[in-house]
Amino acid sequence: MSAFLEIRGLSARLAGTGQRLLRSVDISLPVGAVRGLVGESGAGKSMIGKAVLGVLPKAVEIMEGEILLDGQDLQKVKPAERRRLVGAKVALIPQDPLTALNPSRRIGPQITDRLVDILGWTKASAAKRALEVLAEVSIPEPERIMRLYPHELSGGMRQRILIASAFAAEPRLIVADEPTTALDVTVQKQILKLISALQSRHGTALLFVTHDLGVVSKVCDTLSVLYAGKVMEDTTVERFFAAPRHPYSKALLAATPRHTDPAASLLPVPQAVIDGAMAEVAAADAAWSAHGG
Amino acid sequence: MADNIFQVSDLRVDVPDMTRKPLFGAAPRLEILKGISFEIPRGAVLGIVGGSGSGKTTLGRTLVRLAEPSAGRILFDGKDIAHLSDAGMRPLRSRIQMIFQDPLSSLNPRLTVGRTIAAPLNAGAGDPRVGEALEHVGLPAHFARRYPHELSGGQRQRVGIARAIAMRPDFILADEIVSGLDVSSQAQVLMLLEKLVAELGLTLAFISHDLSVIRRLCSRVVVLRSGEIVEDAATADLFERPQHPYTRELLDAIPIPDPSVRW
Repeated sequence: MSAFLEIRGLSARLAGTGQRLLRSVDISLPVGAVRGLVGESGAGKSMIGKAVLGVLPKAVEIMEGEILLDGQDLQKVKPAERRRLVGAKVALIPQDPLTALNPSRRIGPQITDRLVDILGWTKASAAKRALEVLAEVSIPEPERIMRLYPHELSGGMRQRILIASAFAAEPRLIVADEPTTALDVTVQKQILKLISALQSRHGTALLFVTHDLGVVSKVCDTLSVLYAGKVMEDTTVERFFAAPRHPYSKALLAATPRHTDPAASLLPVPQAVIDGAMAEVAAADAAWSAHGG
Repeated sequence: MADNIFQVSDLRVDVPDMTRKPLFGAAPRLEILKGISFEIPRGAVLGIVGGSGSGKTTLGRTLVRLAEPSAGRILFDGKDIAHLSDAGMRPLRSRIQMIFQDPLSSLNPRLTVGRTIAAPLNAGAGDPRVGEALEHVGLPAHFARRYPHELSGGQRQRVGIARAIAMRPDFILADEIVSGLDVSSQAQVLMLLEKLVAELGLTLAFISHDLSVIRRLCSRVVVLRSGEIVEDAATADLFERPQHPYTRELLDAIPIPDPSVRW
């Protein structure tokens, strides 16, 4: 099966200090599939999403590796061509719906601008499409909402707008970067169900960045567990929760409290596991230097 | 009665709603807390849970008198502190401590850990109580010479806890203290709190939006929604037999890390 997104041996570092951020990351995402990227802060999960979108901070330098989108290596195309390709096929659902929307502009143009400016739609067809997607994410009175400003809406409504905006151009791949971290549990549930429903209806591939294993178990088919920029385990959700293989995966699961099982002992990630994971990370670096980095 | 460290009755907080203030005249009042009554027994760990905007942080801040209520009574150890002046509160301050949500913004970046912990004790960084507090939270003594930026998020939160317990308070308010942490640091901080509650006999109010964490730590839970308590129950009862629809909705929305449990 050909994957829609295929990341092969992606390594990246911080230009100034040379600190390694990603270490030979391999990720494969078939058409219409959902993959979770999980790990603790600094593990590099958001970095992978940013690399795919081509919005890495300037200080981050990709050392080697390929990012194949629909068979095309994004590293090899010219920046303008890359923006056009990614703009047409990939969209982002960001973490914080308040900072992601421009506070001084109405909702409507914030959805349609991308369709008109980057994808060359007419204003009328973009506006029509915006109304369609707003209705699809269950926003009441979409015509009225299009004329409001972000501060007039609740957090959940704002996140719905960003989801609508992401799906507006019928992307083949969506990168969702912690899309529900800023929301209440009850709103989180609605938003996750909405993302899942839209994803399966449109057959969109989804790269879901999160630190919450509970969320992964509800939304994703497969997942990659990251530690210090290296993929520790690449597995299906069923296998991960039934029988995690890597010690770091086991430790992460053991550190997650469950309200259904309050008596279960809660274990912080033990130092030995961190040392083991660090050793693997060091080995990955050594292999990279040996082959001529 | 004597066993309750806090006894709160009909607590109300309202603020002027400036978004609806007419050009002339007073702004209408916006009710944040609408008459809340509950108790915190000595030695208990009370969880305060609710969605954003439910008033849980306002409740916490009013309880420790960082904010003044507009009506109601707050009995702390039998004494009404609801409208006590700053000077009147001062002798009680050392008995009521807080641990804040964001350890980076609640620690002075220019003070070492040792001086941070010693400051409320009116002592120097070499005071034996500093080393003792660090030991309680599982940090090595030489951490007293470090600055907050040299610490990880979990370590910073431990310093916040050390600063609170060094005062030997009767009561600690912890407002969302693990929500900014990774699961492994979160697990460490939760286990530390469990240990301290058992060892030092602390009374703790733990504000959180995360019911899994509440279940782990608390003996009793109050559920807040739009400024009102909708349920007040022992933790096991609340999770096994939730009475109010809102509590059920909250419980139902927790993503249990198990793919076989469908939503």
